[in-house]
Amino acid sequence: MSSFANRDVISVRDFTRRELEELLSNAEEMERVYERGGDDRLSGKILATLFFSPSTRTRLSFESAMHRLGGDVISLGGKEAASTAKGENLADTVRTVEHYCDVIVLRHPKEGAARLAAELTDVPVINAGDGANQHPTQTFLDLYTIMKEKGRIGGLRIGLLGDLKYGRTVHSLAYALALFGARIHLISPEELRMPSHILAELERIGAKVEEHRDLEEILPDLDVLYVTRIQREMFPDPEEFERVKGSYKVTRDLIEEHAQSDLAILHPLPRVDEIEPEVDELPQARYFDQVRNGVIVRMALLDLILGGE
Amino acid sequence: MMALKVKRIEMGTVLDHLPPGTAPKIMRILDIDPTETTLLVAINVESSKMGRKDILKIEGKILSEEEANKVALVAPNATVNIVRDYSVAEKFQVKPPERVEGFLRCPNPNCITNDEREPVNTVFIRESREPLEYRCRYCERTVREDHIRELIRPS
Repeated sequence: MSSFANRDVISVRDFTRRELEELLSNAEEMERVYERGGDDRLSGKILATLFFSPSTRTRLSFESAMHRLGGDVISLGGKEAASTAKGENLADTVRTVEHYCDVIVLRHPKEGAARLAAELTDVPVINAGDGANQHPTQTFLDLYTIMKEKGRIGGLRIGLLGDLKYGRTVHSLAYALALFGARIHLISPEELRMPSHILAELERIGAKVEEHRDLEEILPDLDVLYVTRIQREMFPDPEEFERVKGSYKVTRDLIEEHAQSDLAILHPLPRVDEIEPEVDELPQARYFDQVRNGVIVRMALLDLILGGE
Repeated sequence: MMALKVKRIEMGTVLDHLPPGTAPKIMRILDIDPTETTLLVAINVESSKMGRKDILKIEGKILSEEEANKVALVAPNATVNIVRDYSVAEKFQVKPPERVEGFLRCPNPNCITNDEREPVNTVFIRESREPLEYRCRYCERTVREDHIRELIRPS
């Protein structure tokens, strides 16, 4: 039986490399199911999406994945979720909703919310983002995209560009990349450096990490460039945001002049102005493929958690 | 210099080599109710080993090793003397516990454990011993030894 069977998915830190490889391998199988238009292996299963903070893309991606495997979806989101301000707490909400479904996908503004929900319920809980903490399925789909593009992860030179200070996705991704033995190049303005506690953790697990301030200088060496947006909403101080906004940009000229022809440019999306639209036409732009891979990886995850009974 | 005179206890636990000023926090960590327990507390007394130190004698209560290890969060070099029949029956050095539940608050204001509406106690898991570092089980924020003292909840 899979180690994912009936399992909560809360933090990348809960998974070993072997388990992540199992997921990536199942995603390859799901790619074929996706291309066939899906099947009905999860028929009779119900997924509940509880989104207490907005993320239409992640919610749609999970819902699409469940539908493609023949399952059903119920949702509590938007205004309904906000109306839990009627007074009901998260604990009571999840202890109620677990009786309506076989798996819960939860996004919540409080960090640690998914862990709490998992402790209080018998159905598996998948964390679709808890505040600035974790978004494990984003990391899973990033890994799958790199694997698909490059055929491996270990030994690759992977640049993480942008807001490394507040960017949740790069924190988790750096950890996972380290498990696979990639060479991690952190590229950011001084003000948006990777926090020291994450650097210490990467060091503790033996990651190969280098920090850079200048993209142009390191770009020719990279196999993958993972770009992140500066998220205005993550900045506690609006003046800090004003100082750093627009401080880096991936342009067509930059890629054509400095990047390898088989560089893969990734981005968790949505983007604002950190990759100019002209880059989309270049063969290196792979970020819209990531979106497709997101559905496939979530299909793989749901299949491993709910299938095989 | 006047020698420190404190009464010997018949049975109980003596915590020695506590950093000066930490005795009240240690009482909180150990959940000792001073209205129900006989205590001898020495604060900021001279110590040949530490310069200054606190000592806490708890009469009538034998701490288990697990209980006593919680003290290591604020007093990593504390020694524990278990007293029976007026003499030390057992002596050991505290070790930082692997898991700490309830009495530390998480420094992250956005952590679910700081939401009073939710039924959840804090849980911290030891991440490293040198330097001593714990990770919040919920929000995954880490706290280091030098911040732990500030995070002890008032009893």
